[in-house]
Amino acid sequence: MIRFALRGRQPRWLLPVLAVLPIVLTYLLTAGPIRAAGANPAAAYERYVLQPLSSVDSVFEVLLTSTPLLFTGLAVAVAFRCGYWNIGADGQLLAGAVEATFFGLNVRGLPAGVAIPLVILAGAVAGVVWALVPALLRTRLGIDEVVTTLLLNPVALLLVQCLLNGPWRNPENQFPESAPIDPAYTFPRLLADHRLHLGFAIALVLAIVVGVIISRTPLGLRMRAVGRSPEAARFAGIRVERTMLGAALGSGAIAGIGGVSQVAGLQGQLTGGISDGFGYTGVVVATLATLSVTGVVFVSVLLADIIVGAESAVRVLQLPPQMGDVVTATLMLCVVAVLVLRRYKLVVRFPAALHRSRSRPGLGEDAA
Amino acid sequence: MTTLIALVGAALVSATPLLYATLGELVTERTGILNLGIEGTMYAGAFAGFLVAASTGSPWLGLLGAVVVGLLSGLLMGLLTVTFGVNQHVAGIGTTLLLIGLSEFVNRLKYGGGAVPQIAKFGLLFRDVPVAEQYLLTYIGFLVLAPVMWWVLRGSGFGLRVRAVGENPEAADAAGISVTRTRYAALLVGGALTAIGGAVLTLAILGSFTLNITAGRGWVSIALVIFARWRVWPAVFGALLFAGVDALQLQLAISSTFESVPRELLIALPYLVVVATLAISGRGVRYPGAYLRPYRRA
Amino acid sequence: MTAPQPAAQPTASYGTGHTPVVELRGIRKAFGDLLANDDIDLRLRRGEVHALLGENGAGKSTLMRGLYGLVRPDAGQVLVDGRPVSITSPKDAIAAGIGMVTQHFALVAPMTVTENVMLSSVGLGPLDLAAARRQVKDAAARIGVAIDPDARVEALSIGEQQRVEILKALVHDCRVLLLDEPTAVLVPQDVDALFTTLRRLTEQGLAVLFTSHKLHEVSAICDRVTVLRRGRVVTTRDVDGAQARELAELMVGRPVTGVARDAVLGFETDEAPAARRDVDVPAKTVLRVRGLTVAGTASQGRRALFDVKLHVDAGEVLGVAGVSGNGQRELVDVLTGMREPVAGSVEVDGVDLTGAGPQRLMDAGVGRIPEDRHASVVPDLSVEDNLVMEHLDEFRRGPFVDRRKVRAHANRLIEEYAIKAGPTDTVGSLSGGNMQKVLLARVLDREPRLVIVAQPTRGLDVGATEYVQRQLLRQRERGAGVLLVSEDLDELLALSDRLVVLSEGRVAGELPVQEATPERLGLLMAGGTIEEVTA
Repeated sequence: MIRFALRGRQPRWLLPVLAVLPIVLTYLLTAGPIRAAGANPAAAYERYVLQPLSSVDSVFEVLLTSTPLLFTGLAVAVAFRCGYWNIGADGQLLAGAVEATFFGLNVRGLPAGVAIPLVILAGAVAGVVWALVPALLRTRLGIDEVVTTLLLNPVALLLVQCLLNGPWRNPENQFPESAPIDPAYTFPRLLADHRLHLGFAIALVLAIVVGVIISRTPLGLRMRAVGRSPEAARFAGIRVERTMLGAALGSGAIAGIGGVSQVAGLQGQLTGGISDGFGYTGVVVATLATLSVTGVVFVSVLLADIIVGAESAVRVLQLPPQMGDVVTATLMLCVVAVLVLRRYKLVVRFPAALHRSRSRPGLGEDAA
Repeated sequence: MTTLIALVGAALVSATPLLYATLGELVTERTGILNLGIEGTMYAGAFAGFLVAASTGSPWLGLLGAVVVGLLSGLLMGLLTVTFGVNQHVAGIGTTLLLIGLSEFVNRLKYGGGAVPQIAKFGLLFRDVPVAEQYLLTYIGFLVLAPVMWWVLRGSGFGLRVRAVGENPEAADAAGISVTRTRYAALLVGGALTAIGGAVLTLAILGSFTLNITAGRGWVSIALVIFARWRVWPAVFGALLFAGVDALQLQLAISSTFESVPRELLIALPYLVVVATLAISGRGVRYPGAYLRPYRRA
Repeated sequence: MTAPQPAAQPTASYGTGHTPVVELRGIRKAFGDLLANDDIDLRLRRGEVHALLGENGAGKSTLMRGLYGLVRPDAGQVLVDGRPVSITSPKDAIAAGIGMVTQHFALVAPMTVTENVMLSSVGLGPLDLAAARRQVKDAAARIGVAIDPDARVEALSIGEQQRVEILKALVHDCRVLLLDEPTAVLVPQDVDALFTTLRRLTEQGLAVLFTSHKLHEVSAICDRVTVLRRGRVVTTRDVDGAQARELAELMVGRPVTGVARDAVLGFETDEAPAARRDVDVPAKTVLRVRGLTVAGTASQGRRALFDVKLHVDAGEVLGVAGVSGNGQRELVDVLTGMREPVAGSVEVDGVDLTGAGPQRLMDAGVGRIPEDRHASVVPDLSVEDNLVMEHLDEFRRGPFVDRRKVRAHANRLIEEYAIKAGPTDTVGSLSGGNMQKVLLARVLDREPRLVIVAQPTRGLDVGATEYVQRQLLRQRERGAGVLLVSEDLDELLALSDRLVVLSEGRVAGELPVQEATPERLGLLMAGGTIEEVTA
């Protein structure tokens, strides 16, 4: 008989175990598919984790890849912290990308010093707009935001496709992608010889700002109170709906800027593949980070590391790049499952042992 | 008139995958578990059905393959949310990402990311009879599954257990009903039905597999369950409503009046209709008492 | 030891001779570091009502839940009819002929009585509703009550729901009935009805084990009593020979003295409690409620509060009595800013605060300590954060939270209110008593002019209960008005100066504490009028 029993207190060995066990589990669970693809798991993981960190250049590539994840991870973490289940960061990011493209195609001739702040603001507003309906439905009418934010993701993608197949179709080659945006909007590179761009720096600054707000300000404390116990927060005089609405819209704004960063920083145009499911990966990032901002930064880089590695594994090991998605999803599920051990311990017991046996004290459970 | 008949026929086809997935989600949620893995399960069901049918030449074996995948996904959700008590939103999104990732991984491995073959798909019954010309799975869905599900939830011991566990797991436990087993059972049934819903897309409607084949239909099903307030017949109605709008937009797309309207906006229409329906009808919904709540005896 | 002889029984399957129906040997159960049950032995005879007497936290519920398979003991043995059985789930318990009525009823509210009763015997296949309905009617006839098998449980009164719980046990031919605090939620008249039912059942050969912390109940119905203290059996004895005061001392573990203590423990005191307020000095009214009406929920289908009129003066405790669910929760919700009335007015210190939210009430000097502690503090946040939660703006420096000030504030209150916790511990990790102290500290530190408090000692151990009650009396001495809602009559009688009784959302009557007896209050709670009561 295996079951879970509440812990009295956390033993010291627990934290290292909680950190290592999911990694071991993920390795074991994904070894099968990797072998099935004809690759050696150890070699594959060497590619996924170590290879991208082996040269300065590829480290910058990892940071570049981490940029959209930083945005969506932060966006999701902000919303989840406040108990608002925004699973629509993908749509909000797309909205930001569309808005950036709109400015880049139609509002020309501005100096870069004006254009860049403007496009960031516009992207944030677009993210807010896309987040607004579910947020209002939730805070005003109590309608579940999970479903509504989710449903608006395919809608945003269809909107992008609609624009790319219609008015914004590239006039030169007729591909379903936009013409290049006005260079004034293009984010400057952070380094002379690498594509890493301003978007990464913005993401880091946002991370610091969000981190300070959440942990140091009354607003952050209110947000956490609302997220942990809306009844108690309301009881203490906190305006729950308003706080949650703020978090939901802030979340949308961050994701929207992420969309701007993809268009103005990386691609220089809008394409159908502008979001590689970043909004959903943001849920993975925020969860693995246990909603902490520092965690979001680390996890974004880790997942980017795996994504970059997975792409190089295609060339070297003929391992499909989707293995990267499988690895990150497995890692997340292993982490959340193993985290249960923080509060519960596994007890293995046989019914026969019930007779007068003195099991060790230290099982803790809620007093009945 | 002919347009209307064509519309009804098309709506029934388009409603079939949703019907299976929605009823699967419904029975699962009735035990208090929100299965956000549904989108991934549908996707994996569609792909598994396609893969097995392509390798064996039999859509029936394909369907069986989908069912197996659906059961496995239900098992995974059970392990995460019932045994481990993981947050259901997170577990569901993770399951969806994992299943889509795995499907795409195998797809790439098998077909190298290139063209996938056409498969022998299920045939239509009552050929050339308007409206009645449908797939067997559509008939089974509407005429067998829906009434059976309705009866099971209302008139069977299993249904009583499901309802008790979803409303008040402590009471169910005190009555000697295993909350764990009931929830696992519902997740398995739900997973299998959802995967069948996905397989309908490849094995009946499309006869092939494409990227992003489910296109958020799993999320739609979750919305429909809330819209139906966890009751079977309203859920059937909801699936028909979505499919009706879907069929309508297809009709509109080929009609001359709407020629200038971008196709994508028409495709987005049913999603917006669902959101709007929720906005109108979703107020003051009474969720199952133990919704999202893991249960663990002291 | 001589057992009271039950009437001769034809049913052979019931325990025979001197073999106890149920015997517990060496039951032990720890929750973390707390030993809830420590080597407990207990024998239950057929046809007896056996009380488990003990303070909150003595381990009564744990023992009972362990016997029913809702809690797994760490060690020990259960014998039924002299044979060892393994009970790891309620299913095993039901099979062994044990039925239980848990303190919080294990009923599925949206289902009918019949469906609830069927739950424990239902298979997977078709339901035989007709047969189940018959079973319900038969079992109801057996205990002599009428109940509609097709009524939804959520539409029944608490007393009726308890009867459904007993029916659930009876349809399985249970031979042992476990009742966890069965009288806590009942009006005195319903308690009498319950006792009548229990006597009928023991006459039919059932053994009944019930938990209580009220001595007068024990002497009213029980044949034998086992006293638990801190998880251990202190004694088991026949009730006839047991002196109430002696049992109380065994239960508490020290001599009990003082009017408040006696009343709280449920003694019948000879003298009426002395007048607690100098009535000659006209007091200022701090709270005045007029015509207060609150809409009921859909299932209640009526008004939860109707035309309620009451006032609280400075320096007095107004007790609000009533059976759970008669509008107390709604009254407290309105007075704590969590619900808006549909009609009526609320005045604090002469200022109209009808429909005011938490912030305005706090600004007006209202301290709020409601029933549900978990919904008043944020369990996942730290003690220090919870202590400043209501007045965050006073703890900021520039745009930031002034951490140093927050810490100093927490340290001071932890010291003053003897909270056993550090400032950074999460509140959820504290015991009920310490959680309540956090809430008390947060509220009382601001010296509110009016304190709204509901069920302040529910679930607390003796020490914490005493502490909380003393703190409330101190508020009264300080000159604040206190509105105390409680379902514990003894507590109300011990602390209040004046009492009002709520019944079906109306004020059924008002009595000064000198005239309030449990019987009078019980009559009002059960729907009697003040004229009937004082006549």
